[in-house]
Amino acid sequence: MADGFVRVPISEQDPKVRATNFEEVCLGYTEEEAVEEAGRCLNCKKPMCVAGCPVSINIPAFIEQVKNRNFEKAYEIISESSALPAVCGRVCPQESQCEGKCIRGIKGEAVAIGKLERFVADWARENGIKPKNTSTPNGHKVAVIGSGPSGLTAAGDLAKLGYDVTVFEALHEMGGVLVYGIPEFRLPKEKVVKAEVENVKALGVKFEKNVIIGRSITIDELMEKEGFEAVFIGSGAGLPMFMHIPGEQANGVFSANEYLTRNNLMKAFKEGYDTPIARGKKVVVVGGGNVAMDAARTALRLGAEVHVVYRRSEQELPARAEEVHHAKEEGVIFDLLQNPTEILVDEEGNVKGCKVIKMELGEPDASGRRRPVEIPGSEYEIDCDTVIMSLGTSPNPLISSTTVGLDTNKKGCLIATEQGATTKEAVYAGGDAVTGAATVILAMGAGKTAAAAIDEYFKNR
Amino acid sequence: MYEIVKKEKLSDKIFLMVVKAHRVADNCLPGQFIIAKIDEEGERIPLTICDYDRAEGTITIVFQIVGASTERMANLEVGDGFADFVGPLGQPSELCEEANLEETKKKSIVFIAGGVGTAPVYPQVKWLKEHGVDTTVIIGARSKDILFYEDEMREVATELYLATDDGSYGFHGNGCQQLQALVDSGKKYDHCVAIGPMIMMKFVCLLTKELGIPTVVSMNPIMVDGTGMCGACRLMVGDEVKFACVDGPEFDGHLVDFDQAMARSKQYKTEEGRALLKQQEGDTHHGGCGNCGGDK
Repeated sequence: MADGFVRVPISEQDPKVRATNFEEVCLGYTEEEAVEEAGRCLNCKKPMCVAGCPVSINIPAFIEQVKNRNFEKAYEIISESSALPAVCGRVCPQESQCEGKCIRGIKGEAVAIGKLERFVADWARENGIKPKNTSTPNGHKVAVIGSGPSGLTAAGDLAKLGYDVTVFEALHEMGGVLVYGIPEFRLPKEKVVKAEVENVKALGVKFEKNVIIGRSITIDELMEKEGFEAVFIGSGAGLPMFMHIPGEQANGVFSANEYLTRNNLMKAFKEGYDTPIARGKKVVVVGGGNVAMDAARTALRLGAEVHVVYRRSEQELPARAEEVHHAKEEGVIFDLLQNPTEILVDEEGNVKGCKVIKMELGEPDASGRRRPVEIPGSEYEIDCDTVIMSLGTSPNPLISSTTVGLDTNKKGCLIATEQGATTKEAVYAGGDAVTGAATVILAMGAGKTAAAAIDEYFKNR
Repeated sequence: MYEIVKKEKLSDKIFLMVVKAHRVADNCLPGQFIIAKIDEEGERIPLTICDYDRAEGTITIVFQIVGASTERMANLEVGDGFADFVGPLGQPSELCEEANLEETKKKSIVFIAGGVGTAPVYPQVKWLKEHGVDTTVIIGARSKDILFYEDEMREVATELYLATDDGSYGFHGNGCQQLQALVDSGKKYDHCVAIGPMIMMKFVCLLTKELGIPTVVSMNPIMVDGTGMCGACRLMVGDEVKFACVDGPEFDGHLVDFDQAMARSKQYKTEEGRALLKQQEGDTHHGGCGNCGGDK
């Protein structure tokens, strides 16, 4: 029984069981649990949680409806602000956003806003409720590039304002990082992602897959030949980084993007799918972000002993605390304050190990975190057959290099104002394509802001 | 669905298909490739574009059965289609850029096509002919029965030489030996394009380096997305890591680390072989692949 200080516990698959399957880890609240947890909300007059939400969901209002068992109304309130509640309820870093600001959190545990959002979205889907579009078509065509979180959000918002929106996706499935990056056990593809895309379709948005903007057609051609009057670029940050250490081209070294794409988008883990994946016996994942956790937990489920090698200490791990906790529970081993210096390769070109040097923390660097410094002479070897590099990603230059007047910064990110306006007229951008790799919800926030700015652009034209 | 409007068996294991894909046909150029996916369960298969018809909105592809997926592809018929067909991907061939045309016209160009590599050579030679550039083309194959596109190539190449390893047709020897013979007979070339199996491209590059002929090769490594996202196709070109899908597929052959590229292309060989075995044996598959545990 929850009191004011402790949240209603949520059921999860047993760590030992889930470490061998790809079913969802968190099982979600039941109706009774959700209503009880909703009862913990103080319905603050000045709700700090809303200010902490990048898409400004009216959190106390939807929780109030959950408390009163008006789940449909709760869904309507969330849908006003978010196109992807079932996704956000699962993958948002709530602890540093809405829940981080919750008054309940000062003396106890914050209200489980994310879990309640997930409950409402799941309830709506299971009961066949779709978001409604009551706008009148205004006849203006807008193209959205990329069907990831920022693109889906911008598309949904623009459709609700009456625009004729087409989303162009380069891959064969809609969802961007939601389908290729985040694994099934955190975000089910059929049940959740596909359903959310269907919801955006229900708002009148058209989708075209297998179109590579910059190759199949350029942005200039979309505007000149296909009648699009404005464009939103939400093409993400897809280019993987490598360490540039010896042995990195060996067989058995993968970018986290490749490993996760094979498993998630191509469904290599499922019987009957053609795409292969290396089922390593001992896997080293280099990096400490959410993507590293996803790669580590995927390798674990494919049967490997998994070591996360990260150059700083546990405190600096950029991954969400919940992901680190889940990974540990499942049996992922953390080799902290260590960094690979070389990948050891056998005569046939396969990985046979990894040379690693120990680190200690020195003075804080530009990011404010203490800089890791190598400890001389501390190198040792880890035996392994697979190394997964999860060091971050940067935006793909394909669109910027093929669009006249679209400028990027030194890191290859599109230059855009806070409203999303790029250096090219009528072209807006948001999400990882502008910021470099960040989170789903920040991309959604950017999509939302840009949709409003595009509407403003049409009004002032 | 991307409909197959024509299918032709070019040899025992090599097939040609013409596929409706107007978005690809609108903007593709010689040297670029597509990715095809048969159905929900299929792999993303990269294939270099062999020909295109902008008016009809079609792309011609040629492929060889090498594993389970290409075997499955060969079973598709006219009227069937691919669930996904995306492109054009990669950089167009530098030879086939209007901006370089004046320079290109001054060159004496030789193409060496090996086996199924004849397909990607064809659109380049065709484009050059349409733009008034002379070309010499050598097609090399193991034997006569796997040599294809002879008539088509004769239409567009200024000079065509055929070479078979077993001497069953044309010059007795491989593409390298044919090139050496031509050079020995006094022919001069100052640009070479070699497309075919990696081992063949490697040996062409060793020879052309000796002969001092700059050589471009088209790499076809393992890929997943084909848009620069995964890095599966990375290779060393000089001292730089390049992604074949976005930086290539064409590279300076004298700088490519072929030994490493060949090792990388074997990465999934056993998995692919097992999948093929299982597919061919169907319900009768009860082990032997070392994977399903049916024989344990």
